[in-house]
Amino acid sequence: MSDTFQLDGATVPFELGQTVIQAALAAGSYIPHLCYHPEFKPHGSCKLCTVKVNGRTVASCTMPAEAGLQVESDIEELNALRRTLVQMLFAEGNHFCPSCEKSGNCVLQALGYDLEVHTAGFRHLYPDRPVDASHPDILLDFNRCILCELCVRASSEMDGKNVFALSGRGITKHLIVNAESGKLVDTDIALTDKAMQVCPVGVILKKRVGFSQPIGERRYDKSPISAQALQDAPRNPETGGSCDACESVP
Amino acid sequence: MTKQTHRHADCLDPILGRYGHDASNLLQILRELQECVGYLPAVSITCLAEKLAIPRARIESVASFYSFLHLQAHGEYRVLFSDNITDRMLGSVELMQSMCRQLWVEPGKVSEDGLVSINTTSCTGMCDQGPALLVNGRAITRLTHQRVQEIAQLIRNRTPLADWPADFFRVEDNIRRSGLVLDNRLVPGEVLRAALSMSVRGSTGSPRTEIGTAVVEAIKQSGLRGRGGAGFPTGLKWEACRNAQGANHYVVCNADEGEPGTFKDRVLLTRQADLVFEGMTLCALAIGAKQGFVYLRGEYRYLLEPLQAVLQQRRDSNLLGRNILGQSGFDFDIAIHLGAGAYICGEESALIESLEGKRGVPRNRPPFPVTHGYMQQPTAVDNVETFCQAALAIHMGAENYKAIGTAKSSGSKLISVSGDCPRPGIYEYPFGVSVREILQDCGAVNTRAVQISGPSGVCVAEHEFDRRLGFEDLPTAGAFMVFDDSRDMFEVARNYVHFFAHESCGFCTPCRVGTSMLKQTMDKIAAGLGTQYDLSEVENLDHVLQTTSHCGLGRTACNPVLHTLKYFRPAYESRLKSLEFKPAFDLDGALARARQMTGRDDAGAHLKTEAT
Repeated sequence: MSDTFQLDGATVPFELGQTVIQAALAAGSYIPHLCYHPEFKPHGSCKLCTVKVNGRTVASCTMPAEAGLQVESDIEELNALRRTLVQMLFAEGNHFCPSCEKSGNCVLQALGYDLEVHTAGFRHLYPDRPVDASHPDILLDFNRCILCELCVRASSEMDGKNVFALSGRGITKHLIVNAESGKLVDTDIALTDKAMQVCPVGVILKKRVGFSQPIGERRYDKSPISAQALQDAPRNPETGGSCDACESVP
Repeated sequence: MTKQTHRHADCLDPILGRYGHDASNLLQILRELQECVGYLPAVSITCLAEKLAIPRARIESVASFYSFLHLQAHGEYRVLFSDNITDRMLGSVELMQSMCRQLWVEPGKVSEDGLVSINTTSCTGMCDQGPALLVNGRAITRLTHQRVQEIAQLIRNRTPLADWPADFFRVEDNIRRSGLVLDNRLVPGEVLRAALSMSVRGSTGSPRTEIGTAVVEAIKQSGLRGRGGAGFPTGLKWEACRNAQGANHYVVCNADEGEPGTFKDRVLLTRQADLVFEGMTLCALAIGAKQGFVYLRGEYRYLLEPLQAVLQQRRDSNLLGRNILGQSGFDFDIAIHLGAGAYICGEESALIESLEGKRGVPRNRPPFPVTHGYMQQPTAVDNVETFCQAALAIHMGAENYKAIGTAKSSGSKLISVSGDCPRPGIYEYPFGVSVREILQDCGAVNTRAVQISGPSGVCVAEHEFDRRLGFEDLPTAGAFMVFDDSRDMFEVARNYVHFFAHESCGFCTPCRVGTSMLKQTMDKIAAGLGTQYDLSEVENLDHVLQTTSHCGLGRTACNPVLHTLKYFRPAYESRLKSLEFKPAFDLDGALARARQMTGRDDAGAHLKTEAT
């Protein structure tokens, strides 16, 4: 029998080594998240999954589950924080949903809808982030990067390639590729790489397949992300297997 | 390009040899490569990646994290003006403008002939003798218009740095009041000898285990707490580290003194290096470490050779190395790693990442460094001053040491005094000294406020000057910046907000974006476009940063604004054009440009006025 903790009044069982979000998602309780991905080691950078554990705010993706914890997640105070964090990510990059190939399949956009982010909240920073169209089959649109490092992690942990890395510091932090020219075409990326599938937003795109799904049939047109994330959840990082969110991307 | 290729080929192999072709020394390798080549050309990175067998993107990722490493050429002379508020109060902004004019270069850009670039950098730890700058990493203090003119001339003449007047590089210790630490005249090895003669009653362990336990117990009893600001009990830290399982244990001295306004570690490393190393060796004895590191901030590069000379003397005297002082199995040595311009590396887990040759991003905790530190091994990270105090506590005996200071803050504290006072410098007091006493000692008059413990600390106004330094009331890492009644506290806060935005590591969303948003808001208020709404937005931002940030930088980033808003609200409100809503842009101004472009001037091309 495994131990349990309390999440918003519900009892959540967990196994040793699981973090709060892993146990919660496995038990069918949704906690909003962005940089956390069931197939990778928790990262803890986006802070969307912030919860209150015994009254203290922590990122639930990196917080080890312990017996008897009192965890609060779906409360207005935390959802207000998450709303601000989503606003920050929108203001930091250049996100134009109507013209984005990933619209409807984008995790950031889906979270925005689900958390009811109705306003911009901040003045946009409008960073200058030129696209990289050097590769014949793959486009990189850095304007939409939210610095979750999923592609960095996928490329190094699963593809064994290190195609991506983060460069710079603070607000100037940005995604780079592993080539002296700085161009994707000079890396060893392949369309079959896991790194091609994990981008939650519209940075890493397969060329010539944009807007392939009509509005109404896209992933998050069907049901909100809070419902769909649970389908991907109960996967053990060790046993592998890919999640629906990755596969659904054209 | 060819010149660089030749240079990096000549430089790289000896450097890699010195660092054992070990990628965990990447930051040190990059720093030395840059010292040799001038910057880090793309071709050198590719070459280094091959030789270390790591992805080049990883090297670029690390190099780009540190302000003092450059992936592009930045001029033969790289001038960086220290941009702490204390430098600004001494006229650094005008001096920098003047140097830019004299050398025909814009701030932040490289001159067209590739000769020079001029920019600002975070506080260089010379606040008591500012304004200060770094030229190619070397500190120059006490800048005046005349000195700036002379520097411009030396640069124009391409005079090698080695031939510049030695007086430019003179760094004063400015010790104004000394005590326990600064007065000590211990002979190197004296504390270690005392420690080695300690024993525990009734212990059944081996002699070395016994001594280690005795040292930990004595430090616990002394009540010593960390001097880096957080004040964690040193004895408990050493005990936890000692008890942690691991193949190797490590001692790390945090000499990344980056908190603006702090410079006491610089003076300790200049005057009391032996005591620092003695404290580290004592810690090694206590926790069972064989290797120690000093993480020295890049701004103090000039201290590297003198410190290495002290280490060598200690090796020659058998105070480092194998079987220290004849104690069988007491092996310990110390290596110095230099930082490269990243304030966040003062955070202990970021410091460890940096020591391992990575980006200085704070780790997820738990686990903590005492169990999973350097190379995931048990590591005790302590501040420079803490090691000095630990050595003295063992020398004096726990009871005698505990008698100094206050109940919960034993021992003395070094205070770095700067700002509006005639006698800036280092003051050592027993804990419990009041703000007022320090102000009197440094000769400050008409003081409006004191910033205690730097931008991440607290701002104390006149009615609080009887508050006392110590963990019971005002904990401090040592910075004490004085502002008299001629100073604008809004500009003080704005300077600190810029500092945090510049130094955010960028790992977590709230700090990466939030510090920039805060900077934007403060700049908007400074430009006279602020509104009441902006002030309340600062409070909202503070809530998000405090509750969701990954580390202390984000959690304290709003403090300067909140504290000054609390006491000096008029300094903010006088800048608001209206306390009611005011748009951040000029709508009619934008329309005027549109009218000009379209040639329209009809009623529809003008804003509707109330009359219509």
